[in-house]
Amino acid sequence: MKIWKYDDNVNTDMLFPGKYTYTCSTPEEIKPHLLEDLDPSFAKNVKEGDIIFAGKNFGCGSSREQPTVGLKAVGVSAIVAESFARIFYRSSINHGLLLIECPDAVKAYREGDPVSIDALNGKIIVGDKSYSFPKLPKEILAIRDAGGLLPYTRAKLKNKR
Amino acid sequence: MGMTFAEKILAKYAREKKVVSSQIVTVKPDHLLMHDNAAPIIKKIQIDLEEYGVVNTELPVIVLDHVIPASDEKTATNHKIIREFVKKYKIKNFYDVGVGVCHQIMVEKGLALPGQLLLGSDSHTCSYGAIGAFSSGIDRTEAAALLLTGETWLKVPQSIKINLKGKLQSGIYAKDVVLRIIGDISASGADYCSVEFCGDIKQFSVEERFTIANMGVEMGAKNAFFPVDDLTIQYLKSIGVSKSKYAAIDPDEDASYIKEINYNLPDIEPVVSLPHSVDNVKNVNEVEGLEIQQCLIGTCTNGRLSDFRIAAKILKGKKVHPNVRLLILPSSRQVYLDALKEGIINTLVEAGGVLLPPGCGPCLGAHQGVLAPGERCLSTSNRNFKGRMGCKDAEIYLASPATVAVSAIYGKITDPRKEVS
Repeated sequence: MKIWKYDDNVNTDMLFPGKYTYTCSTPEEIKPHLLEDLDPSFAKNVKEGDIIFAGKNFGCGSSREQPTVGLKAVGVSAIVAESFARIFYRSSINHGLLLIECPDAVKAYREGDPVSIDALNGKIIVGDKSYSFPKLPKEILAIRDAGGLLPYTRAKLKNKR
Repeated sequence: MGMTFAEKILAKYAREKKVVSSQIVTVKPDHLLMHDNAAPIIKKIQIDLEEYGVVNTELPVIVLDHVIPASDEKTATNHKIIREFVKKYKIKNFYDVGVGVCHQIMVEKGLALPGQLLLGSDSHTCSYGAIGAFSSGIDRTEAAALLLTGETWLKVPQSIKINLKGKLQSGIYAKDVVLRIIGDISASGADYCSVEFCGDIKQFSVEERFTIANMGVEMGAKNAFFPVDDLTIQYLKSIGVSKSKYAAIDPDEDASYIKEINYNLPDIEPVVSLPHSVDNVKNVNEVEGLEIQQCLIGTCTNGRLSDFRIAAKILKGKKVHPNVRLLILPSSRQVYLDALKEGIINTLVEAGGVLLPPGCGPCLGAHQGVLAPGERCLSTSNRNFKGRMGCKDAEIYLASPATVAVSAIYGKITDPRKEVS
């Protein structure tokens, strides 16, 4: 498992360049362009279970969902950041991508530190220290538990019938 | 304790007497905006649409604007998919290639009104706060779910109040104000928050308020709001919307804000946002003389009649510098026609400007005016992210239409007050 570390304001153009937004929408089309202009080594080397650590305002910018779809598809298990931009945050809920807002954990992380996450109990261990992060409200957890917004919506529509 | 604008409107749409920040509410928006991305949205729920249909044919508004006219077979096919969907499901509000940029259309066609709640699968959906609406961006998947159910959840945001005091000096515009604010509070300064503008806002026309609200997302805001006043009412009347068609919502006087920021407008100077972050803001005199190869005047941020009037006044009888390509991008067909009628287009084209069709053009880097490595573009658009105009080794600077027009003449970033008195 690798930790990918980035700075503040990682925007949606860095996560997935705008020039591809109207020609790439499936996970397979998205994957090769992930983080293309920020870190060309990412798409080649990212592996299932990897974690991203970042500073403030991760995911700011466009409403495009290729970043969340792509990061989920390559198997990123969580993004730990000091803060997230709101459209990206919502989109991650919609796609079941785990986001952890925990400035202390981000500040504490040093290259090589082991990291483990206990999402159910809202705990992240960096090095030998444990940090807690706020759990999602129950209305929102229901979307994630259903496997994302579309499965959640389909179940709701079915129940209404 | 009273309620902020965001609390009041979300309480109304949640059918609650009172809501508090961080509360999760379920709402039914008045409209759901989509653009070229309607194609992938429809594809996601093709089977569900067959079974359940579109929840309400008046809910969606679809505007083709992002890559128009189609640049290749793939984008052309997407447009075709959208047209077929519109026909099959009898979607009421569809605007094909050439009508304009989706956000301009939402306001210009009276699809966003004061006191309404609008959501859209585009981050600059926050623009309609200019006329007192609550509007916010969502992703494609959420737009797909809304097409089927017509409802979604929203978290009631905390609010920030920005008080604009005094009068702007000549040569300084709404764009300078909003860039100054973003430079000061940073690109995350309003994350998750509703931003309310107040103070001496009468000096800003609805078009100028649009410029400011449009950039709300660039400070991280969920929505950006201007209270409805005589200027809003007059504007809406001019597009055929009478006062009886909407109910404005004002924040309570004793509402609670997490932050109140005061701006003394006479102190604001012309500014430029430097690569590669919108909050990297400097006074224009700190970067004066930097050579530029492309200038863009237009987009949903600054592509309205008043913006082109400013540019035409500066460029009348002048020529764009030989090293510069000046691109002109009206935000709608109506703006284009009005500018033609006033002779503005004539002036801009005579000066060397290149007219682009009303749409998003080079702003998102998919086509029309893509930059080459090492080039610099000075633009009135809203984002200067690395790679935004199609090339990661190019640089984008953001400024007001006046600064861009004057700089186009000199071929380098120039203080607009050199030409505007």
